[in-house]
Amino acid sequence: MQRGQLMRAMRVSLLLCLLALCLPGARSLAAGVNEAALLNEKPARLLSEYNLFSDGPAQIPVDGVLPYDLVTPLFSDYASKFRFVHVPPGKTAAYADPEVFDFPVGSALIKTFAYPADLRAPEKDVRLIETRLLIRQPDGWKAWAYVWNDDMRDARLKLAGKRLHIQAIGLDGGPLEIDYAVPNANQCKGCHALGKTITPIGPTARHLNRDHVYSDGVENQLLAWSKRQILSAAPRPQDAPRAANWQDTAEPIDRRARSYLDINCAHCHRLEGPASNSGLFLTFGESDKRRWGHRKRPVAAGRGSGGYTYDIDPGKATSSILIFRMKSQDPGIMMPELGRSLVHSEAVTMLEAWIDQME
Amino acid sequence: MRKSAQRVGILLVVLTFGTAVMAADSVTVLPGPDAAEQLQEALITAEPGSTINLAEGRFEIIDGLSLDIADITIRGAGMDQTILSFDGQKGGGEGFLITSDNVILEDFAVENSKGDGIKSKAADQITYRRIRVEWTGGPDETNGAYGIYPVESKNVLIEDCVVRGASDAGIYVGQSENIIVRNSTAAYNVAGIEIENSKYADVYGNTVTHNTGGILVFDLPNLPVMGGHSVRVFDNRVVDNDTDNFAPAGNILGMVGRGTGIMVMANRNVHVFANTLKNNDTVHVLIATYPNDFDDDNYIPHPRAVMVRKNIYEEGGARPAGDVGDIISNVTGTPVPDIVWDGVVPLTEWVTWTSAEDRIYIQEPEGTTFANLKMIQNTLYPWGASPDRAIADYAGTLPEPKAVTLPQLKTRN
Repeated sequence: MQRGQLMRAMRVSLLLCLLALCLPGARSLAAGVNEAALLNEKPARLLSEYNLFSDGPAQIPVDGVLPYDLVTPLFSDYASKFRFVHVPPGKTAAYADPEVFDFPVGSALIKTFAYPADLRAPEKDVRLIETRLLIRQPDGWKAWAYVWNDDMRDARLKLAGKRLHIQAIGLDGGPLEIDYAVPNANQCKGCHALGKTITPIGPTARHLNRDHVYSDGVENQLLAWSKRQILSAAPRPQDAPRAANWQDTAEPIDRRARSYLDINCAHCHRLEGPASNSGLFLTFGESDKRRWGHRKRPVAAGRGSGGYTYDIDPGKATSSILIFRMKSQDPGIMMPELGRSLVHSEAVTMLEAWIDQME
Repeated sequence: MRKSAQRVGILLVVLTFGTAVMAADSVTVLPGPDAAEQLQEALITAEPGSTINLAEGRFEIIDGLSLDIADITIRGAGMDQTILSFDGQKGGGEGFLITSDNVILEDFAVENSKGDGIKSKAADQITYRRIRVEWTGGPDETNGAYGIYPVESKNVLIEDCVVRGASDAGIYVGQSENIIVRNSTAAYNVAGIEIENSKYADVYGNTVTHNTGGILVFDLPNLPVMGGHSVRVFDNRVVDNDTDNFAPAGNILGMVGRGTGIMVMANRNVHVFANTLKNNDTVHVLIATYPNDFDDDNYIPHPRAVMVRKNIYEEGGARPAGDVGDIISNVTGTPVPDIVWDGVVPLTEWVTWTSAEDRIYIQEPEGTTFANLKMIQNTLYPWGASPDRAIADYAGTLPEPKAVTLPQLKTRN
């Protein structure tokens, strides 16, 4: 290109930019999130209609969609997860604790489930399975699941759920067969119902309070969200609560265990959750020993009790119902009821150690 | 064509009765390879006010079904004609979960679910009518826990249902209020019918047979809803309860002795009358205190204000079984008396007295046998304790709870 041409091209593009800034509604013309689709009462048939990704198969989001991670994530049959948040321009989520942040209408939480061919190389040969959306609409949160097509170009809405057979190489190098269940719209509520309404689970201050590797460097997520003006009124990270990473052996085992139970169980096992009738409450902040299972007898466990007397039998992991149910793969026994077909044996080992040292 | 015929029919109803009948649509799901997905999709996309018809036949279901839309009727072709089979179930804590209000379930069966049969949680106005829940292999500890399982619900109607084989309770109503369980059959379960941590319940006209325990009215500690009260158990046939306890160990029901006819544990204001009790192996009527240690200041472990009157007692108590059967028969010998109370009261009352409105009252026909086991004395000085069999000393009456009324029955009449 000649220098003159280059200058002309730059002037033209500058002019276009200025024009775009002046034009009302120009923002929606840009390649950003399709805010209207998010607010539509009816879910889009294809994930691409929301325009959340500039490169869907590579899970590269458009501007305005920010990736995030949790301190301790929910276990879902060893699936890898890509999480993103979108808050509509000009609005912010209000900081809250211990509940999830209060997201404004038009927000979306996006989570893609994927499996690498070999769990020991999580970045390589990743196959996308489904992308779940939680969309904040005027009358509350909506939950939809989109299953990726075989060609990985787009994902399609699935209301009634679906079972997928997935094969991978496990962490131990052996073959892993996963009977993966895409949830139906009601099963979404099975975990996301708080009282009668749907609510997110992950984005609490304690589970977001960690560093994330952004394209322009490493930053604490609470800071990053505040700077990008999608979160308001957040305290400094050092003043905000932080859950423990369940794998971090530098943390006290009590914090690791309670953090794991918090994210994996407490969405149901809390007073306002689907498992309220059990009387077992596993939120991170639950301080009543009996309520979090310490020498607590089962109520409606049926054969889920495994013949044991207490949910947590201090000093005796092998006779604790909590461990028995986490080790089971029988639908009439296993916990959690949804979202797993395999045993999370690494976490079970950690929880066994926690109970064994308990008095 | 058929649909328009239905619309005309609805229109006629509206014109004839002049009431606000919703112009309700209905869908029909047929058995077949895609039936499970079609049914679940219908359960998700149904319009409030509509009916989902299940055609005659067998539906093979792999994942738990669920409904979260209000004002829905799900109607099969009969409890022996329309069968939801969960033999190959892979996921879900129950066969069918209902979490919405004003739902009617009619004329179908749920078989062999891996966990509970049908559970309704936090639902107002739930009706189970001519529903069968069964584990077809007979009593087995690997069967699911509860057959029909409303919990934290309000206005519960269970009528003309059949439940067999539950490894906990066939019909179990927990942490709920305003309940009618009537004209149903519970057989070969650990407990036939159980009302737990619930208030305002009428249990009548049921046939409860070949279970371990017949009808249980329990209150348990450490639960969000406690303090069960105002329960009437009447006009039931509680006969031939003779199945060995097959509850998985660790469950509270594991303690129930084989052939316990009607059992009241904790609770307040429970009236047991006009039932027929026959051939229950351990005891016809047992009134007991919660036997385990507990740590809950708000929980009252003692049964309070229990009235047992005008029941018909035939043979029974001849083959007491289990720990509780042993404890009782060690004190009373066999056959065990018709009515047994453990006699446990709060210690303050034991050294003084129990006020009149909190006592146990028995008003039975001549010849009815009774024992107060006096378990406190029995524990403190077993050499000097003997049961109190003087049934006449327990004469008296208590005001009876009012009959339960349900909104879903009112709108029908």
